[in-house]
Amino acid sequence: MSQVRALIGTKKGAFVLTSDAKREKWDVAGPHFGGWEIYHVKGSPVNPQRLYASQTSGWFGQVVQRSDDGGKTWEAVNNEFRYEGEPGTHLWYDGTPRPWQFKRIWHFEPSTTDADAVYAGAEDAAIFRSTDGGKSWNELAGLRQHDSASKWQPGAGGMCLHTILIDPANADRLYVAISAAGAFRSEDAGQTWRPINRGLSSKYELPDPNADVGHCVHRIAMHRSRPQVLFMQKHWDVMRSDDAGGSWREVSGNLPSDFGFPIDVHAHEPETIYVVPIKSDSEHFPPDGRLRVYRSRTGGDDWEPLTRGLPQSNCYVNVLRDSMATDSVDPCGVYFGTTGGQVYASADAGNHWSAIVHDLPPVLSVEVQTLP
Amino acid sequence: MIRVVLPYHLRRLAGVNGDVMLEVAAPVTQRTLLDTLEARYPVLRGTIRDRDTHQRRAFLRFFACEEDLSNEPPDALLPDAVVSGKEPYFVVGAMAGG
Repeated sequence: MSQVRALIGTKKGAFVLTSDAKREKWDVAGPHFGGWEIYHVKGSPVNPQRLYASQTSGWFGQVVQRSDDGGKTWEAVNNEFRYEGEPGTHLWYDGTPRPWQFKRIWHFEPSTTDADAVYAGAEDAAIFRSTDGGKSWNELAGLRQHDSASKWQPGAGGMCLHTILIDPANADRLYVAISAAGAFRSEDAGQTWRPINRGLSSKYELPDPNADVGHCVHRIAMHRSRPQVLFMQKHWDVMRSDDAGGSWREVSGNLPSDFGFPIDVHAHEPETIYVVPIKSDSEHFPPDGRLRVYRSRTGGDDWEPLTRGLPQSNCYVNVLRDSMATDSVDPCGVYFGTTGGQVYASADAGNHWSAIVHDLPPVLSVEVQTLP
Repeated sequence: MIRVVLPYHLRRLAGVNGDVMLEVAAPVTQRTLLDTLEARYPVLRGTIRDRDTHQRRAFLRFFACEEDLSNEPPDALLPDAVVSGKEPYFVVGAMAGG
């Protein structure tokens, strides 16, 4: 029988939650790195025992942790993230130039073919790669040296590269998303990049709502069987692309709010997607104090609320961009964590929910591994 | 031997219990002390000061002999009491809470 392992990053440490495939009873291990912000923990699809964790602190900066036994023990590896060449400047909140300065790693994306290879998404926005299990890091500087980069500007959470997707059919094709520069695609394993933001419209955020760059993309997701189809939760608007980001169309449909952070895809149904509507960019909590996941079985446009087991009154948590994941058990499990410290799980594709844990520190990220 | 007191999180990161005892070659300055500390515990590189500029991280402080040395020149000699091991050198996380 399969085992499921959830990797939870929080503001005060990492937690590893395990269950059998029934997903009814969970063992909770942690906190690992108690007191540190753990922005992200993710396992290698090649060797699921190999995990990478981003451990950060306003006091002590960035540490990268690696585990080779599924999170039981950890080893600090290299934390040297050096921008290539002269870093140059981007725009600060007030519109003035600001030198690029490394702050933290938001996201790790392990290679689909090599357990020692992993990409790291940084604030200030850049992508790094290690090919030796985190012992050294090199920037893929073509992204930050894109012609538009001097005009990039941070979102409220900082100028972070928070999403990295690897095309499972073509490892040279990568996607990244940056707040607030937008989405970019590489066809040459990260050497060169082009913006893929055609069709996005940000009329309350940008002077030119349809600009090539500058959009506050919150998250992108794909199903591994159809890597040319992308789903996006933008600041406002849920979007879909059927041509690898070449163009986007809005699929917000009947959502009560199309603002939100995470978006994810059912493991076995590539047209079934999930979002968590949030009231607005001014009020980061669910509409009407009701925590609802919305599911579309049609790849967008038509959405249904999923509420069973979720608080339907007086709920004012947020769900951050890297805090939703699915497992590949059948039926598909769906998971998300909240800023209130709950991790909710559904073992039936979202029909019913329950909290695996109630009282963790605010959840920054959720990843799930399905183990043999 | 110089006695260095690290904050809780850095002791855990370095895997040490209690104070760190360091032999630092003269001249003993904050720079040479921290260079020696980081050579002994490479995992601390980047956590106390910037890897490239060696600028102190903003929310850390350096104390010794009841003085705040945080903004002293990194190449200034440390007090004799620190060099002799009579007084410890503190790396301290700035206060924060709520």
